[in-house]
Amino acid sequence: MSIFTILISTIFVNNFVLARFLGICPFLGVSNKTETATGMSIAVTFVVTLSSIITYGIQKGLLEPFGLEYLQTIVFILVIAALVQFVEMVMKKTSPTLYSALGVYLPLITTNCVVLGVAILNIQEGYNLVQTIFNAVGASIGFGLALVLISGVREELEFNDVPEALEGFPIALITAGLMSIAFLGFNGLV
Amino acid sequence: MKLSKIFYNGFIKENPIFVQLIGMCSVLAVTTSAINGLAMGLAVTGVLVGSNLVISLLRKVIPEKIRIPAFVVVIATFVTIVEMFMKAYTQDLYNALGIFIPLIVVNCIILARAEAFASKNGVLASIVDGLGMGLGYTLALLILGSLREILGAGSIFGKQLFSPSFEPALIFIMPPGAFILLGILIAIFNTIRKKKATTESN
Repeated sequence: MSIFTILISTIFVNNFVLARFLGICPFLGVSNKTETATGMSIAVTFVVTLSSIITYGIQKGLLEPFGLEYLQTIVFILVIAALVQFVEMVMKKTSPTLYSALGVYLPLITTNCVVLGVAILNIQEGYNLVQTIFNAVGASIGFGLALVLISGVREELEFNDVPEALEGFPIALITAGLMSIAFLGFNGLV
Repeated sequence: MKLSKIFYNGFIKENPIFVQLIGMCSVLAVTTSAINGLAMGLAVTGVLVGSNLVISLLRKVIPEKIRIPAFVVVIATFVTIVEMFMKAYTQDLYNALGIFIPLIVVNCIILARAEAFASKNGVLASIVDGLGMGLGYTLALLILGSLREILGAGSIFGKQLFSPSFEPALIFIMPPGAFILLGILIAIFNTIRKKKATTESN
């Protein structure tokens, strides 16, 4: 599959949030304001890309040569947790401004299923290293796109009269459903 | 706390999906049919009971500072066991649920129960808590899965319900239907809870 196809497919056609249902928790949790949504998206892009490269290396360099594929889930989640911790420490030391902007999102990312999901999908789809990187970048851009879009809608929703029963999560879910219908329009593009 | 109360707490009162609103990814993704929802719910229940049991047993041994990584290792172990079990005995379900089986590891419910309940309570109470929460989760998945299958495919557990002239609304087994139906279900659940709360306070 060409790199371009992978990008279009992960951003629009198989959008990780709206079509594949990965990363729903942060999608609903931190999408109240556009500002926080943007911060979260940048932090996710960074961690997803880095963790995809590292988990790819571990899969090909350690797990496959020694026939330990069944340990994939345990090893990947530990690597991701350690990586997030490490990124947090490095960021704190080297760039306090970046840390103050993104630091609060980092602990949340460990339990974001996009990170583990992309790492596992890369292996399942049999991508090579370049395809892995572009898949990771595309997935995070798709995640960011959905997050920023819905945060814009939710900012407006606050000023509107929503039926009492639908306030909060229910209306956010229904909004997401409508966005997902719009994204269905990209079907057949790739 | 009495065991029946702990169970009720997880099953209805603090239902992970309808009340706590956590662990949504798998709920939306796998509920294209009732059987998939049921299978996913039972897989999560299995992991939850196992991890609660082990973490409760080890709660005095695990040092405070590294408890989260320790919990994650325990949870990932049980997820791997469930994954292997499903691969061996229920190949079709294993294929249908796909990537969402390994993703049980990052399901917030399991880590949340380990942190909030199993690391502070005895073994029996933790098992009951795992069962209650897990079955509460299964109930939500089963309701959503059944509704989506009936509306989107006109069948339940693979059995056709209507005559062939019935045109199912395909949108409900596609991604948008999951979002919209879950939104409506949570709204209904909220309304019932609020009504109950006001009649109790009167």
